[in-house]
Amino acid sequence: MMMQKLRRSGELIRFGCKSLFTSRPNKNLVSRSVSGFVNHYKSKGKLFELSDGNYNTELHHPCISRNLGMLLQQYKCFGSSAASKIQRNPLFSSLDSRDVSYFKEILGEKNVIEDKERLETANTDWMHKYKGSSKLMLLPKNTQEVSQILQYCDSRRLAVVPQGGNTGLVGGSVPVFDEVIINVGLMNKVLAFDEVSGVLVCEAGCILENLATFLDTKGFIMPLDLGAKGSCHIGGNVSTNAGGLRLIRYGSLHGTVLGLEAVTANGNVLDMLGTLRKDNTGYDLKHLFIGSEGSLGIVTKVSILTQPKLSSVNLAFIACKDYLSCQKLLVEAKRNLGEILSAFEFLDNNSMDLVLNHLDGVRNPVSCSENFYILIETTGSDETNDREKLEAFLLKSLEKGLVSDGVIAQDINQASSFWRIREGITEALQKAGAVYKYDLSLPVEEIYNIVNDLRGKLGDLANVMGYGHLGDGNLHLNISAAEYNDKLLGLIEPYVYEWTSKHRGSISAEHGLGVMKANEIFYSKSPETVALMASIKKLLDPKGILNPYKVLPHSLFSH
Amino acid sequence: MKILVAVKRVVDYAVKIRVKPDKTGVETQNVKMSMNPFCEIALEEALRIKEAGFAEEVIAVSIGPSQCVDTLRTGLAMGADRGIHVETNSSFLPLTIAKILKSLADVENPGLIFLGKQAIDDDCNQTGQMVAALLGWPQATFASKVVLDKDKNVATVDREVDGGLETLNVDLPAVITTDLRLNQPRYASLPNIMKAKSKPIKKMTVQDLKVDIKSDIEILEVTEPPKRKSGVMVSSVDELIDKLKNEAHVV
Repeated sequence: MMMQKLRRSGELIRFGCKSLFTSRPNKNLVSRSVSGFVNHYKSKGKLFELSDGNYNTELHHPCISRNLGMLLQQYKCFGSSAASKIQRNPLFSSLDSRDVSYFKEILGEKNVIEDKERLETANTDWMHKYKGSSKLMLLPKNTQEVSQILQYCDSRRLAVVPQGGNTGLVGGSVPVFDEVIINVGLMNKVLAFDEVSGVLVCEAGCILENLATFLDTKGFIMPLDLGAKGSCHIGGNVSTNAGGLRLIRYGSLHGTVLGLEAVTANGNVLDMLGTLRKDNTGYDLKHLFIGSEGSLGIVTKVSILTQPKLSSVNLAFIACKDYLSCQKLLVEAKRNLGEILSAFEFLDNNSMDLVLNHLDGVRNPVSCSENFYILIETTGSDETNDREKLEAFLLKSLEKGLVSDGVIAQDINQASSFWRIREGITEALQKAGAVYKYDLSLPVEEIYNIVNDLRGKLGDLANVMGYGHLGDGNLHLNISAAEYNDKLLGLIEPYVYEWTSKHRGSISAEHGLGVMKANEIFYSKSPETVALMASIKKLLDPKGILNPYKVLPHSLFSH
Repeated sequence: MKILVAVKRVVDYAVKIRVKPDKTGVETQNVKMSMNPFCEIALEEALRIKEAGFAEEVIAVSIGPSQCVDTLRTGLAMGADRGIHVETNSSFLPLTIAKILKSLADVENPGLIFLGKQAIDDDCNQTGQMVAALLGWPQATFASKVVLDKDKNVATVDREVDGGLETLNVDLPAVITTDLRLNQPRYASLPNIMKAKSKPIKKMTVQDLKVDIKSDIEILEVTEPPKRKSGVMVSSVDELIDKLKNEAHVV
């Protein structure tokens, strides 16, 4: 035991020295990249034009790239123009056999994964759009091990990618090059649950659905619910500030996460695992780790405020003839169902057709085909009262002409089949072929204009679909085509981003930026804001080893 | 022709069943209750027969506490013409239910009685058969296809039996119990929910129907099935053989 400790500290000294040497060029890099950034944002408009120009040359000659002569690895992925231009940061070390044996020493043989098949899965995202080439996946069992891993990687300057359920849609959870994958899946214990306050404390690798099942036995529910619940981890949910179906009722994770524990790049464990609803002591640093996509630290534990499970849940599936009616219905629903409204989701006819064509056993709940469909869910404590309320509201809307038809689920089975349509869209898109996904926040009245505009622009080239969380002003804009093609992509980007920016929307409502939209952050954030983000990143992760090439523009960290 | 459909209010199919701590039955307080799925199929079939012009009226019947009205409203929203609620707070076993249905049939004179083949709460699968016996009518159980011939007053029913399908002809009036594959029940649409509000539900009591509710069966105890023990990983074939021999005693 003593011997082991000695050896370990020996290693640390060895690599600690190395890191001293490497930190000098690193300092130069800091000043260089920051000044580079200053130039970048001063001539922001111009730069965008420039990159457009670059893009177009690549478009006509996809094989001839500027960097062909350079001996640098280049990252290629489908469906995103930005990511294809990334180069591996040469300051990062490459993995060697000593690293692997060190990890085996701290984690044990079986939690250091070099198996090709398992790495293949971990290197590829859920949509098979982003693919890294990592040679190593680590499975820490506790915070201490995460800390040891990061301390070592930081000293060796080995880049890492934190991974949970790997269900992200922007390539944030897979390596871009050869980053070491740190998967927290083994950290899956519920640590405490307070039945009075409803506060749940658990490890980051708990699967969302398992937490929901655990809470169900206690009479509580998670404040978030999303389609990927069967695989996604709570740590990943927090790191990406996942939204989902219940946001309209319970708010975002910035409100429901009461505390967390995170490990920063140098292995420091930050204990912010409070369980208090109110705590105004200094800066509330936990918020930095909610939604920063693992670029500032790895979330290892979470304390989250859960809600009592209410006995009466009702669901209606409504057809509306135009988008204006959907908007009016939302306003009315907030006014008339306010205290029991728990979801207000919409999908257009194209999305419905896609689901009907690609998923088995799904049928349109309403008899006629309409332009828009809306799911309204209420959650309350009095079955009879809630049901009467929902029925009365819908019948009134039917009389007013806001609703053209609709059905109310009579049992849970029917409710599940309605949800299956809304939640199955992602799966159906995947089956339909290539898909370009955009996750936009827009003023509610503008939401469907972008779908129509893009449809006009693309014509017969692709099927444009709009669906999402109407109650939260969040549109999932999806473009489905037979295959990925650069011409199509050129028509979509930067058009979608520019459109969103013009209407003061966000180019990432709940999916995050990941590798897909790291360079596009300026469409939604001012240069000053991004500059501050970059300084925070530098402060918490000076060597930039945590989830590199993601979230922030690559120009800030150019080498 | 009138069609009488029995619909039962049960703990929702998707709810995890919990046994009451005193072992007298299943917990139904604060639990989502819905129409028994097989009864939904029975009602759907009756509605289709009416829509095809073979029947003039579909009557939904439910027996149980006051909340059974909700189940009947669902039936009316699906399209039944009127409801009959036999209100009681006791929980009856199939024979009593069959007696109540028989005496309702004596009053209403339906040409067909549809029931689900079983209720998902007690899984008895007895009521339909008992009603047919009490009325002295022919029965076709586990129906997966029903075709009516109005001129001959005959129903041709495919029933799911072990190893295949059996086709029966039954003279009307008859009792038919429905299986899962018969049809896919419709949803309750808003216009139909609205119409259902003005449809009548007649309240009756067991006394009105003069049914003897004395039961010969007493439930002693309701318990959960034994929990499955978690599995073990064996590291070698020898260990597996050893466990099979000495622990499981199967080889």
